[in-house]
Amino acid sequence: MDAQTLQTIIHFSYVFAAALFVVGLHQMNSPITARQGNLISAAGMAIAVIVTAIQLLVLGSPATGETAALAWPIIIGGVLIGGGLGLYSARTVKMTAMPQLVSIFNAVGGGAAGLIAIEDYMTAVRLGTADVWLNIFVVLGSILGSIAFSGSIIATGKLQGLISGQPIMFPGHRIVTALLALIALGGTLALVLGSLGVINVAGTEILILGIVVVAALAFGVTMVMPIGGADMPVVISLLNSGTGLAAAMAGLVLNNPVLIIAGALVGASGAILTKLMADAMNRSVLSVMLGGFGGGEAVAGATAGAGGAVREVSVDDVAIQLAYAQKVIIVPGYGLAVAQAQHAVRELAELLEGRGVEVSYAIHPVAGRMPGHMNVLLAEANVPYPQLREMEEINPEFPRADVALVIGANDVTNPAARSNPQSPIYGMPILDVDQARSIVVIKRSMAAGYAGIDNELYHDPKTGMLFADARAGLTELVGAVKQL
Amino acid sequence: MSFELIAALTIFILAVLVGFEVISKVPATLHTPLMSGANSIHGIVLVGSMLIAATATEPLSQILAFVAVIFAAMNVVGGYVVTDRMLQMFKRRLPTAKPDVDEQG
Repeated sequence: MDAQTLQTIIHFSYVFAAALFVVGLHQMNSPITARQGNLISAAGMAIAVIVTAIQLLVLGSPATGETAALAWPIIIGGVLIGGGLGLYSARTVKMTAMPQLVSIFNAVGGGAAGLIAIEDYMTAVRLGTADVWLNIFVVLGSILGSIAFSGSIIATGKLQGLISGQPIMFPGHRIVTALLALIALGGTLALVLGSLGVINVAGTEILILGIVVVAALAFGVTMVMPIGGADMPVVISLLNSGTGLAAAMAGLVLNNPVLIIAGALVGASGAILTKLMADAMNRSVLSVMLGGFGGGEAVAGATAGAGGAVREVSVDDVAIQLAYAQKVIIVPGYGLAVAQAQHAVRELAELLEGRGVEVSYAIHPVAGRMPGHMNVLLAEANVPYPQLREMEEINPEFPRADVALVIGANDVTNPAARSNPQSPIYGMPILDVDQARSIVVIKRSMAAGYAGIDNELYHDPKTGMLFADARAGLTELVGAVKQL
Repeated sequence: MSFELIAALTIFILAVLVGFEVISKVPATLHTPLMSGANSIHGIVLVGSMLIAATATEPLSQILAFVAVIFAAMNVVGGYVVTDRMLQMFKRRLPTAKPDVDEQG
């Protein structure tokens, strides 16, 4: 086979791999085909990587026609280290910490895209082949990649609790953020004008790109810092979309079809997904990015007047209430997940069902830390699928429920979202827990939820507060119900 | 503008349009797995990292390429494995609703 034929085969293999990404992503729209879709997409990735290896092995780099001496140790060593790290963390991560891990993978993806752009630019400048288009693609790729890298790391820190989930701002924060954006834009302009010959930047191109990259990295940090933890999924999705575009820019730089298509695909679908996620929380992407959700002055206004008394109840009281109820709706939240209480709650539910109580779970779309997170956690604990009910479906049933058992959920049950236009969460769809005949809240303390605001549900006379760690409280409840 | 560049930009624009259309009405429960799935796809930067490793002859370029390959490989492998782990949960409980899909798993 001559080189030309092989090059054609390689090109169409790339197109085929890209087609598999499209099909795989499309199949992930539905729960029935989702897993198959992911495997199809993985097959596309395997094809793209193998084809690239063949290209380098037989034909050499498309740019130079040869493969550098150290290329194979770099590629094989890097794949073993990076792949090993990825495999280990993906297999061992607790499902509760899964959103952070996705964010880390996004960070490294963005970092790689940025590094490709930077490295290619260094080569192009050395060879004197950096035309205006290459400058544009390189600068966009390195800016987007850098923002995705540093922004995703901050998002990970917030989700992991290493950085406060509360919005963080320093004096002049917005000005600094705007300034960083201006520096990045100015550097971009300088490089583009330089490549057009309007201004002379010869010899300083790499330095300018370095300044742009540093500004973009800092911009990623100051952009995500003021955003509250509850909005992190939307931010991660947006950064994910940015990484996709950065990959597409890297593809335009290297003139590689699979990079262009896969990157553009993720960039565009990620943008749509970001909007869908924001819609599910009744937030606009713009208001998310402006930040400040659940922090600062707005909170003081929202909490005022809600400081009524709370009624504390004992485990035995709750056990009797639950055991003699006809219908119990369990509302699980992130507190349940962090306490690893999924199994305890299933045990309690099975015990109650054995006594003829009708049990179902009300799953808020953003229960846990991300949309769909809670379903995954409960499925892991073998909670039967039909008992998991989506918000729209279960809300009309709350008035018929004898007990709504809220475990570690807070903001998604706050009636202020319906009634108080001043509240920062006003308009967010919530579970109508307050309409149940009685409410039991298992919670460690009166501390505010992720949005950092008080929940008037706790001051409702119908509500009994059981102050306990979710798992300890549920285990005691199981014991108490058994005694009855 | 070279013909090559025009072709590449055309591909880019069409792929963006496909990306907008490929995601339609997705149930909220799938938002996280879908994001994670898209996240693995941009692991395609591994191909780009391999290509720059092939042209890297200076020590600095080689270091950048090495870090890029590590990052990208982590994105690819970790991304697909964690997405599959998430979706496995859906698979296991689906049989109650749709017994016919059980056989594939």
